Amino acid sequence: MTGDQRGNGGDDLSGRLRRLDEKLDAREAEEMRKQPAPSANAADRFGGVVAGFAVGWAFDKLTGWSPWGLIVFLLLGFAAGVLNVLRSIGALPKYGERRDK
Amino acid sequence: MAADPIAQFQIKKIMTLGHIGPYEIALTNSAVFMIAAVVFIVGGIMLAGRNIIPGRAQSLAEITYEFVAGTVRSTAGNEGMKFFPLVFSLFTFILVLNMFGMIPGFFTVMSHIAITGALAALVILTVIIYGIYKNGFKFFKLFWPSGVPMFVMPLIVVIEILSFLSRPLSLSVRLFANMLAGHITLKVFASFIGLLATSLGVAGWLVGILPFSMLIALTALEFLVAFLQAYVFTILTCLYLNDAIHPGH
Repeated sequence: MTGDQRGNGGDDLSGRLRRLDEKLDAREAEEMRKQPAPSANAADRFGGVVAGFAVGWAFDKLTGWSPWGLIVFLLLGFAAGVLNVLRSIGALPKYGERRDK
Repeated sequence: MAADPIAQFQIKKIMTLGHIGPYEIALTNSAVFMIAAVVFIVGGIMLAGRNIIPGRAQSLAEITYEFVAGTVRSTAGNEGMKFFPLVFSLFTFILVLNMFGMIPGFFTVMSHIAITGALAALVILTVIIYGIYKNGFKFFKLFWPSGVPMFVMPLIVVIEILSFLSRPLSLSVRLFANMLAGHITLKVFASFIGLLATSLGVAGWLVGILPFSMLIALTALEFLVAFLQAYVFTILTCLYLNDAIHPGH
């Protein structure tokens, strides 16, 4: 089948580029369909911020450094929420997997 | 006619069972529906039968089993099948309660964060306890990503731990918020019909067709959400269990 296509004028650069474009479009459509619903991402982000708040508040209670624990951990919690979202859309590897490639 | 859209979520005490210290243990409408769901699921499985050519109930039970087993195998692998009873119970419990909630006049148990939070806590405690029991200290490698420069490691580890802590929160909030918001929307659209009919007369009845058709579409959507949220809870449970089984990959 591939040999046939190549015979039909796939030899020139523009034909090959066109076929690559088609393949890329199909791939992109496939990737788009795999994306989860936005509501899932909202819950992930929310969860990170709430976890940051809880830890920061507990930290302040234990050390008496209010409000610094809350400030720092809320920001870190926001980062954790973004991390959750990036994981859920598959932009980052899962827990414990290598991320240097 | 303008019904309070929140009134449907009120917990009502049916009878008092006893006291533990200062706390009253009461049978509530929520508890009654949970008991009904358990009876429904267990009864459904018991009555399903074991024929070679399955009847309707047996087909349903078998399809549900195959569906959950397929989900567990594809996300947590064959080792995850030892958690199949837990995952199957969670899935059927949430699904049946969500579907009960779709029947008019019934109580939606999963619209209370106390319930979904308890389920999420059960899942995450299972993950932590089993993860530490199975892998020992290696379980904490979950928070120690490889290939990260050493000087940002302290920051990354804190963020990873917060991300892990946020899992039960987002797990419970997702299910609870979807059920709560969906049922409020249904109630609000339904009360529009009554409001239009009582305030505008015949014209109101005609205009009322608009919210009514919206209501029909939303009801269909809510059935989808009721199923989808049960499935999302299940698949996330499997993913988290997968982390407990293989923390380093």
